[in-house]
Amino acid sequence: MKVQVVGGGPAGLYLAILLRKADPAIEVQVLERNAPDATFGWGVVFSEDALGALRDADHETYVAITDTFARWDRVDIRYRDRLLQSRGHSFSAIARKRLLEILQQRSFALGVELAFGCEAKAVPAGADLVVGADGVNSTVRRAHEPEFGTRVEPEGCKYVWFGTDLVFDAFTFVFRETEHGLFQVHAYPFDERTSTFIVECPEATWRRAGLHELDEDESLAFCERLFARDLEGHELFSNRSIWLDFPKVTNASWHHGQTVLVGDAAHTAHFSIGSGTKLAMEDAIALRDALVRRAWDVEAALVDYELERRPVVERTQQAASESAAYFTRVAGYTHLEPIQFAFNLLTRSGRISHASLTVRDPAFTRTLDAWFTGASARVAPPPVFAPLQLRELQLGNRIVARADAEAVSGAGLVLSGFVAVSDAGRISPDTPTIDEWTPAHRPVILQLGHAGRRGACLPRAVGVDLPLPAGWELVSASPLPYGPYSRSPRELDEDGMATIRDAFVAGTHRAAEVGVDVLELDFAHGYLLASFLSPLTNRRADMYGSERLRYPLELLTAVRRVWEGPLAVRLSVTDWAGGGLAVDDGVAIARALVEHGCDLVHTVAGQTVHDDRPEYRRSFLTGLSDRVRVGARVPTLVGGHLTTLDDANTIVGAGRADLCILDLPSSDVERKVRAPSEPAERQIAQT
Amino acid sequence: MNIGIGLPTTTPGADGALVVEWAQLADAGPFSSVAVLDRVAYDSLDPFAALAAAAGVTTRVRLATMIAVGPLRPTALLAKEAASVHALSGGRLTLGLAIGARVEDYEAAGVDHRGRGKRLAEQLAYLRGRVDEERVGPARNGIELLVGGGSGPAFARMARYADGYAHGGGPPRAFAGAAARAEAAWRDLGRPGRPRLWGQGYFAFGDTERGNAYLRHYYAFTGPFAERVVAANLTSARAVKDFVRGYEEAGCDELVLFPTVADAAEIDRLAEAVSG
Repeated sequence: MKVQVVGGGPAGLYLAILLRKADPAIEVQVLERNAPDATFGWGVVFSEDALGALRDADHETYVAITDTFARWDRVDIRYRDRLLQSRGHSFSAIARKRLLEILQQRSFALGVELAFGCEAKAVPAGADLVVGADGVNSTVRRAHEPEFGTRVEPEGCKYVWFGTDLVFDAFTFVFRETEHGLFQVHAYPFDERTSTFIVECPEATWRRAGLHELDEDESLAFCERLFARDLEGHELFSNRSIWLDFPKVTNASWHHGQTVLVGDAAHTAHFSIGSGTKLAMEDAIALRDALVRRAWDVEAALVDYELERRPVVERTQQAASESAAYFTRVAGYTHLEPIQFAFNLLTRSGRISHASLTVRDPAFTRTLDAWFTGASARVAPPPVFAPLQLRELQLGNRIVARADAEAVSGAGLVLSGFVAVSDAGRISPDTPTIDEWTPAHRPVILQLGHAGRRGACLPRAVGVDLPLPAGWELVSASPLPYGPYSRSPRELDEDGMATIRDAFVAGTHRAAEVGVDVLELDFAHGYLLASFLSPLTNRRADMYGSERLRYPLELLTAVRRVWEGPLAVRLSVTDWAGGGLAVDDGVAIARALVEHGCDLVHTVAGQTVHDDRPEYRRSFLTGLSDRVRVGARVPTLVGGHLTTLDDANTIVGAGRADLCILDLPSSDVERKVRAPSEPAERQIAQT
Repeated sequence: MNIGIGLPTTTPGADGALVVEWAQLADAGPFSSVAVLDRVAYDSLDPFAALAAAAGVTTRVRLATMIAVGPLRPTALLAKEAASVHALSGGRLTLGLAIGARVEDYEAAGVDHRGRGKRLAEQLAYLRGRVDEERVGPARNGIELLVGGGSGPAFARMARYADGYAHGGGPPRAFAGAAARAEAAWRDLGRPGRPRLWGQGYFAFGDTERGNAYLRHYYAFTGPFAERVVAANLTSARAVKDFVRGYEEAGCDELVLFPTVADAAEIDRLAEAVSG
């Protein structure tokens, strides 16, 4: 068996070591383009769980690596002249150069053939396995990009990677406001003399600051000046430190014939979650394991390797992308109180939640909870149990239940479901109208709407947007049918607009009579009011077409005039369709709604057109709610398949929404507790 | 969770007699459904013809397509075929539909591959909305409709028009992820209750190499992915039990296990594995 490893970075060297250890009869050659002591980048980070895998895979390198590790358990956040600290985050770091020395020495000792200054083009034929461990710009991958299905896209901010002789004693984030915009630093120690010091900012800020025109020395000087206070008189060091875009690499397949990709060649994860080297070395372990398990049957082993690694890697890449996106938007969060800003930062990638942070650092979440709920730090409940004030109304907590859910008692607010302003505004014959509706639960948020071109359909127990055989006349902003077999609506004329506006006002009076706590106008999901907002559905030639917000805002104003309580609007923040409203448009609409008296935005997305491209997953609306809340400075209500109380505590605590719709899965435990008359339970009760 | 068994309509060496016998044995066994796959450019039986034959020799099991590639067929003909199987079986059809993954099936059928998602949505609206039903009988009411696919639009089509989701196969964790997306879509479209969730896997007890060779051939179009499918082939009672438990924990309502070896002895062995 002959293995050729292209690239002498951590992934390639570690694989070579593990293969020689597994079977000394295997010939392993590592080809490295650079000299043995040439390295780019300063320190690399490992989390605690990565170390366990390294210990089991090769104890000698584990000991050597951990011997030189810088360790810390604190994250420091410097923000608005405050220093916030969170503990319990076990990290280690090592100089990349030192890591490579250790791996090179161990490779030599185990008889790996190391060839430096060797281009990949020189790979001779005849190897049983070729490993592309040659990093983000892998030449091995580039030789077969179509077969690997490679995609490389920039993500996150512009960044530059420096070293400094200031030794930080924690993983340190610094946020610095400038006239050009916000800059931030990710810094951590990696040996007893040096720290990594990464500076980043969004591209627009970078251009405003003129950094695109500065050379390496000038931009180093710029960063030294900007962070002089944090550097405490220490210097920054350059090592080919130029401003870069982070390339996100994905491949549809990591292997092709006898060739396999590992580490950054196969996949990258944004540096802001510090997982790149960990993933690379774990790849090496998984590949060695697969080869051993499959008795060196290369083809079978490569399948195994990819099967095992892909889910782990994809989860990490998802978290890394969330983190990268957070840092491009972080300037929008600078109005947050420091404790909430810090919690938002710590939970940015979805890997840390309120509950998991409570395990790591109970004092931190206790402080957050106390600040959030205004209670004493000793007894503060978590964020969802804080009351919410909307005008004169105080809601007991932040949990919103659907009226059709198993349990609604105890929820801060209950959703009514769609209630039509008139018979003609119903979705289907079983849609309640405001004239006959009464609240089944309190406090209730009444979703008052007009179905527009999505009306006159079969009940949703059958399906959605299936037209009734004999329905009623439909109206919409423009005469465009909604979906297959949908009837064409009539373009609503000004008399029709006035009639419907009056119906909303009459419905509002009726809501006040029957007892409604929050009134919500439905401007979402392609219903009548939403059809005015989107360019996909509003093709009108009149002023209600040139000013698409005009009619919805007129209606909102008319209702606001007669409704004194909290007024919400349910809004599709994006159409999820080409040519439709994008998130920025949705945020701008939300701002206009707030100016016209809206107190709460219920954030949803899509369904403007029937052939949209929604992004369904757990928590799929949280990011949109966050954008609205920050961009329009308005409280938000969000659903999007939140399935745990911890989801809600994290979202509310981090300031991504103010109210959360919970879709708790029904559980066996709950069913059994509720039905104690079943024989098995009786027996338990008797004994 | 119910457990169904696939009919050997795509496996090499299965003749018509074996497919019919297979359905009969499954109906007598502990299985709740028999299911078929759908290929055009492949040596395989038409899914509706196979289910019609199965209808004649079974009384109990549901007859399911997991899935049929809707857009390959003109909509009215698809409705006619489905409704005919439903009528012949006394109302036991579960119609799983998706866009499929093979361009060559579209080429063989002379159907444009582009616009397939939009066409499937139209077909679903036709089937579920009972469009044209007076003209194109028999009646379609009572057909359990499932939709498969992994994209956002696929989940939206499922939640808009169907009764549930047909997953394309994979480890329980992958199923659980898809199930969460299906439930998210279901809620988002305002459907009451929850979607029915169907999963699937492959098995081979006897000649596992033959089963693996078939999967390699069947999935050759996916390139290296074929080996992943082969690696997931369940080749022992232990593997089947673990798989079944994993799917049950992930909230699956009906798990269909497809044979990769066309040998009637496989039915008993599977029955034993899933009941033991």
